[in-house]
Amino acid sequence: MTGDVLLKATDVVKNFPVRSGAAGRRGPVVHAVDGVSLEVRRGETLGVVGESGCGKSTLGRCLVRLGEVTSGRIEFEGQDITRLSRRRLRPVRPGLQMVFQDPYTSLNPRRTVGEIVAEPLLVHRRGTRAEIRGTVADILDRVGLTAEQADRYPHEFSGGMRQRVGIARSLALKPRLIVADEPVSALDVSIQAQVLNLFADLQEQLGLTYLFVAHDLGVVRRVSNRIAVMYLGRVVELGPADRVYSTPAHPYTQALLSAVPRIDDGTPAQTPARERIMLSGDVPNPIDLPSGCTFHPRCPFARDNCRTERPPLSVDATGRQVACHYPLG
Amino acid sequence: MTSSKNGPWRTAGRQLIRNRPAMISAAAFLIILLACLAAPLYAHHVAHVDPLASNIAGTTVVDGRTTDLLQQSTDGLGLGVTPLGPTWDPGHYLLGADNQGRDIAARLLYGGRNSLYIGLASAFVCCLLAAVLGIVAGYFGGWIDAVLARLFDVIWAFPVYLLAICLSVVLVTGGLHIGPLHLNAGSLLLPILIIAVIYVPYVARPLRGQVMALRERDFIQASIGSGAADWRIMRREVLPNVLPTLIVFLPMMTALNMLTESALSFLSVGVQSPDASWGTIINDGLGLLYTRPVVTVAPGLLIALTAIALNVLGDGVRDALDPNARLRGGA
Repeated sequence: MTGDVLLKATDVVKNFPVRSGAAGRRGPVVHAVDGVSLEVRRGETLGVVGESGCGKSTLGRCLVRLGEVTSGRIEFEGQDITRLSRRRLRPVRPGLQMVFQDPYTSLNPRRTVGEIVAEPLLVHRRGTRAEIRGTVADILDRVGLTAEQADRYPHEFSGGMRQRVGIARSLALKPRLIVADEPVSALDVSIQAQVLNLFADLQEQLGLTYLFVAHDLGVVRRVSNRIAVMYLGRVVELGPADRVYSTPAHPYTQALLSAVPRIDDGTPAQTPARERIMLSGDVPNPIDLPSGCTFHPRCPFARDNCRTERPPLSVDATGRQVACHYPLG
Repeated sequence: MTSSKNGPWRTAGRQLIRNRPAMISAAAFLIILLACLAAPLYAHHVAHVDPLASNIAGTTVVDGRTTDLLQQSTDGLGLGVTPLGPTWDPGHYLLGADNQGRDIAARLLYGGRNSLYIGLASAFVCCLLAAVLGIVAGYFGGWIDAVLARLFDVIWAFPVYLLAICLSVVLVTGGLHIGPLHLNAGSLLLPILIIAVIYVPYVARPLRGQVMALRERDFIQASIGSGAADWRIMRREVLPNVLPTLIVFLPMMTALNMLTESALSFLSVGVQSPDASWGTIINDGLGLLYTRPVVTVAPGLLIALTAIALNVLGDGVRDALDPNARLRGGA
C-alpha cells in the first residue's frame, strides 16, 4: 500500500531564539528540531511520537511550511519547497494540509462552520459561491456533519465535532498529505476512537497520506504503518510500526514503550511482557544540548563514545533506522 | 450564508436589550441626538430666530409685553447690559438670550449638533485609524510594529489636552494645507481630525495587544496554511475578532471626544464663532455666571448627560459583547 516518496525532509533544523536581543546579536537558541531526515510515502501513515517538548509538533509545522526552517531541505512531490515565498507556496498549499491539536483555538469563533470550511476554497477560487456551498456540504457530510450545521458557530459544537470541522477544512482543497498534529489528544477517550476511525475511513476513501504526530503510543500504533520516535529534536528510531513496538532497537524507545500501562484482561499478551525501565533524570535543556548522543545522560547503556560521538541514523537489514551506537536486540 | 440564531452577534444583541440601564441610556442619547438634529426645525418654525446672527437691538414678547433682549443693568453702576432670562415659553426665547441677543435654546440645539457631530465623527475616524494601525502592528510584528508602537508612544507622551490645544492653536487659526488637501481655518473637520489623532493610541494599543495574541491562535496558522494572503487574513480572520472591542470603544470614545471638543471650544480653539458648540456656549455664559447661570449650566448639563449616557451604554455593550474584557482597569 505504500508507494513513492511524497514528502522528503533532509536535515531539517528549526531553532527558536530564546529572547530576541538587539539587532544582529546572536543569543541562545532552543534547538526544537535538530537535523531530522525522513520520508513520507504515498498512502502510508507515518506516526511521530515523543515526549512533549521533543519537537514533534514543530517538525510537523515546518513540514507544511508554517514558519521558516533554520536549515535543511523539504521536498514535496519532488519540488523543493524549503525556501518558497508565501506567494510561490500558494499553488503547493492545496496538496499539503494540516489538522491542528486544539479544536478550540483552531476554529475562528466569529465565523460559521460553513465559512471556515469554505475559506480555503474561496482563497483558491475553487468555483462560484453556489458550487463552493455544494462542496462544503459534501465535505461536511464526509466527516460526519450535516449541511444544516454549516450555519452554526464553533461554540455550538463539542470538541469531537469541532475536530471534525478542522478535518473538513483540511480536506477542502483535496490534499495528498495531511499533517495531523496531535489531532485527538485534546479529546475525550471515547471521542478519540471516533475521530481516529474517521481518519482511517478518509484515508481509505480518498487515498490520503498522513504524518500523524502524537504522544499517545497506543493511538500512534493504531493508525501508523511506520513510526518515527523523536527525542530532543532528533529522530532516534524509525521503522515499521510492528517492529518498533515489538522489538525496539533504541534504548529510549524501549523506555518509552515500557511506560505504557498495560491492561491485564486475562488474554495472552500479544507482545512479551516488558520490564519497566525507569529513566533517571529529566529531559536535558534544549538550549544547551548534551554532546554526542543527546540521550546519553539518561541512557542505562551509555558508554564513553556515546558522550562524544553523535550516532548517525543508520539503516539495518530490515530497513529500520536507529540512531544508537549500541542498538538493542 | 444566513447566520444562526445563536451567533455571537445575536447573543450579544439579546443581552444588550435586556440591560435596562444601557437601554435607558441609549434612549436618552437618541432623544438628545434627535433634538439636536431637529435644531433648524425649532429655530425656524417654533422660535423664529437666527441662532448665529447677533440681535443686540432685538425684542421679544414676554407675558404679552414687548421686552428688549438686552436690558440695561440695574445693579451697581448701571453699566453694561444683562440679557433676557428664561421665559419658559418655547416660542419666545425659552431659556433667554445670550449677551448678543441670541436664543440660548436654539443655540444649544445647534451647538449640540456640532458637539455630537464632532464627537461621533472623530470617534469613527479614531477607531478606524486605530483599527488599521493596531491590526497592522499586531499582525506583522517586527519592525513595522516597532515603528508604529513608538509612534503611539510619541503621541501618548504628550498630555492629551496640551497636545490638542497646541495642534488646535496652529491649525484652527491657520487652516490645514497638505498637498491637495485644504481645510479652512473654521472647518469642523479640523477639530475632528485633531481629536481623532490624539486618541488613536488609546484605542490602537489594546487592539494591537489583542491582535498579537490572536496571531498565535491556530486558526490564523490554518489560514496561512491554506495560502491566504496577509490582507485577507487580517480582514477575514483578525478583524471579526477585534470588532467587538472596536464597537465597545465607539460610544466611550464618542463621549471622550465630545468632552475634549467642548474643552477645546471653551478655550476657543475648537468650534469657531459664530458657530456654536456646547463648549462655546459655556464660554459665552462665563461672564453671565451670576446673573444668567442658565447659559452655562444648560450646556454643562447636556454635556454631562450625554457623556454619562454614552458611558453607561458603552459599559452595557461591553458586557454584552465580551464579559471578560477589562478595558478600564480595576473593577
